[in-house]
Amino acid sequence: MPDAPPEDRSEEVFRDYKLPLARAQAMVEANRCLFCSDAPCINACPTRIDIPQFIRKIATENLRGSARTIFEANILGMSCARVCPVEVLCVGACVYNHMDAPPIAIGQLQRFATDHAFEQGWRFFEAGPDSGRSVGLIGGGPASLAAAHELRRLGHRCTIYEKRARPGGLNVTGVAPYKMKADRAAEEVNWILGIGGIDVQTDCEVGAALTPTDLESRHDALFVGVGLGADSTLDLPGESLPGVHGAVEWIERMKTGRVPVSNIQRCVVIGGGNTAVDAVREGLGLGIPSVTMIYRGAEAAMSGYAHEWKAAKINGACAQWHAIPIAFEGNARLERVICRRVDADKRPIPGSDFALDADLALVAIGQSRLASLFAALPGLRIEKGRFITDASGFTGRPKWFAGGDCANGGKEVVNAAAEGKAAARAIHASFGLTLPSGSGGLHG
Amino acid sequence: MADLSVTCGGIRSPNPFWLASAPPTNSGLQIQRAFEAGWGGAVWKTLGPPIQKVSSRFGGHTIRGVQGAGFNNIELITDRPLETNFREIAETKRLFPHNAVIVSLMVESRDEWRDIIRRSIDAGADGLELNFGCPHGMCERGMGSAVGQEPRINEQITSWAVEFSTVPVLVKLTPNVSNILPHGMAAKRGGAHGVSLINTIKSIIGVDIDRFVPEPRVGSLSTNGGYCGAAVKPIALHMVASLAREQAFGLPISGIGGITNWRDAVEFILLGSSSVQVCTEVMLRGYRIVEDMIEGLESYMNSHGFNTVGEMVGKAIPGFSEWGDLDLNYETVAKIDADKCIGCQVCVAACHDGAHQCIHPTTNGVRVPVVDESECVGCNLCQIVCPVPGCITMEPVANGFAPATWNQAVEEGKPLRPKKGSH
Repeated sequence: MPDAPPEDRSEEVFRDYKLPLARAQAMVEANRCLFCSDAPCINACPTRIDIPQFIRKIATENLRGSARTIFEANILGMSCARVCPVEVLCVGACVYNHMDAPPIAIGQLQRFATDHAFEQGWRFFEAGPDSGRSVGLIGGGPASLAAAHELRRLGHRCTIYEKRARPGGLNVTGVAPYKMKADRAAEEVNWILGIGGIDVQTDCEVGAALTPTDLESRHDALFVGVGLGADSTLDLPGESLPGVHGAVEWIERMKTGRVPVSNIQRCVVIGGGNTAVDAVREGLGLGIPSVTMIYRGAEAAMSGYAHEWKAAKINGACAQWHAIPIAFEGNARLERVICRRVDADKRPIPGSDFALDADLALVAIGQSRLASLFAALPGLRIEKGRFITDASGFTGRPKWFAGGDCANGGKEVVNAAAEGKAAARAIHASFGLTLPSGSGGLHG
Repeated sequence: MADLSVTCGGIRSPNPFWLASAPPTNSGLQIQRAFEAGWGGAVWKTLGPPIQKVSSRFGGHTIRGVQGAGFNNIELITDRPLETNFREIAETKRLFPHNAVIVSLMVESRDEWRDIIRRSIDAGADGLELNFGCPHGMCERGMGSAVGQEPRINEQITSWAVEFSTVPVLVKLTPNVSNILPHGMAAKRGGAHGVSLINTIKSIIGVDIDRFVPEPRVGSLSTNGGYCGAAVKPIALHMVASLAREQAFGLPISGIGGITNWRDAVEFILLGSSSVQVCTEVMLRGYRIVEDMIEGLESYMNSHGFNTVGEMVGKAIPGFSEWGDLDLNYETVAKIDADKCIGCQVCVAACHDGAHQCIHPTTNGVRVPVVDESECVGCNLCQIVCPVPGCITMEPVANGFAPATWNQAVEEGKPLRPKKGSH
């Protein structure tokens, strides 16, 4: 089993922002569920968890059955319960929203059932009889884990190639620590690998030493779940000064080790997406007195979730709207960020420059894309560094499938879980095999 | 202003809310606190030769998280010395002269009845209630429901009590009979001034599925008990109404069974009760629930133009009929208010799985279901399961058929509308 993350991590100062439900709370909440027919919450879930059914099972104290319903649809149901943006998915779709009643706390109920299953050490699935086929999975994040687990249920041997020291992907290195910490994500990885027959090769990066062609010769099918690459850079003067970091890289260090924050007085976060909003909340949570977001558009136009930004503001976040950085300045290390106003069309306004004092700048304007690593293989459909697949994850080149951020451009853990599972079933079908009876449809 | 005072079988009380004979009326201090809280009367926990009780004594029925939706007990009559009870009755009457104190009694022989009635009246009882209802423990000893199930014995003991009593006598009836009428009539023939019903229903409240013993558990065994609480209200309403609409009966009724609030009380009164008795809800929530009961009843009476409770008694009895007199040509169909509908489609599942498959999900992206009125039989199931008040209504259909009952169809050949949903 892969090592647990080190115990001394900056993220340890965070507390859950949605508290786990006590048993009594869970029972009251579960009994409020209407058990809708063709429930909108199910349709809002990329993995199509049968939400009314798992909630009813909580209400009857059939917790094992409740957890089984969740994991049957989504083997990452424990982490998704904590990290899913439920406000815009299942909870946002709850019919109670239409009658001025609080929607069911689906995420917290799912956490109640899945945490209980983990505490009890319950396991639900066994590997299928050996098919004699093997599948290579490139990248060890949620998409590959979901795919590998499903492939094992179907009897195919799996090897995960992970470039980092431990698998888990963004669930370990990127999830906001007030939702889930790295050690819990690592526990989930081990729980999933517990199905057996998944060989995890760590510190193993696709490149000169291990080419896509090598992999193709080793395996009967390949699944690419490599996620996204390094933080994009602004290419501005002073960007290499100490104190300027890519947000994803900085968050990874905060989650898997320590980032120095005790001397930081002012932090600037550049960007308006969810990584930027996370970085703002994390900076504030680590005790940085002032954290300011710089975004080139209006508040309403930012792509970060409104509910997350609202929480950031409650925590004390500031923002400069319609502004872009033009230079990082400082003597030996970052001291200020020079910014410029932009108009509604994002065109710089001459003479509008202003300086923000800062000793930490986190650049959260996107990440590089990794599909080009595979560009040498004919038949793969790649656009702007992203795999173009059909609904089952097929890439266009026989044997090759892809899912998760490297194919969808960067979505949620739950999307990666859904895509990984769907690809596993498509791989199974590509072997000319049919799904065992009772295993449901594509999302069953 | 509405006058809440009532007289039931000659027993007067400042409001119709009485505590039923049960643990909440076990002692003088309890009843005095209850009167302080606003209860109009109390039926003292049944007196008789003090007995020994078991532990545990109660069982609860939890439905979808609601504890005590049903309740049962394997309690018996008082376990306190009779002298103590009589001393406390006197004390209570001295402190609360305007509240009704009715003493519930259960003994065996004529002499015992004479003695205990005399002592109750000497203590100050405003009325007596003969416990012919207890369905466990006492009936095995020839008392309680063993009496209530035998009209002949019921009549005889009632006549003794009436002979010995100078205050009104109510007979408390057991629901553990197939037809309540002969039992009410027996009490009437015995000379009772009124009846109270229902007592508890013979029951097993549940089973401990780990120990394989029913509940409530007494060591390694359990026994049947008396079922009560909110869940028994429909059974009680039916029995009360059955007596109230019987022309030959005509005695005042003190209604009991699953009354938890003023609305329940109004229903019992409209079906013929001139007072109501409450036990379980007080056991679950305490005496102070009566504040809302008084206010709610008063407000209901004011909004409906009732000056006295008496004007309400039996007001819904003319509406309680036989099946054969219902208009078979009266037709309703479900209407769904699209503005109120939240799209849960609970009605779809209910109609498809539990009714006539006539409410269908829409396929155009809107989740407001569609009622196929040509198939809807007007059964009400959708309205019952709908979580949104007022969203589903049952609308009468002008089908062109004159009213016709089953009796009229059979006897006079009146035409009936074509059946729906019977293919």
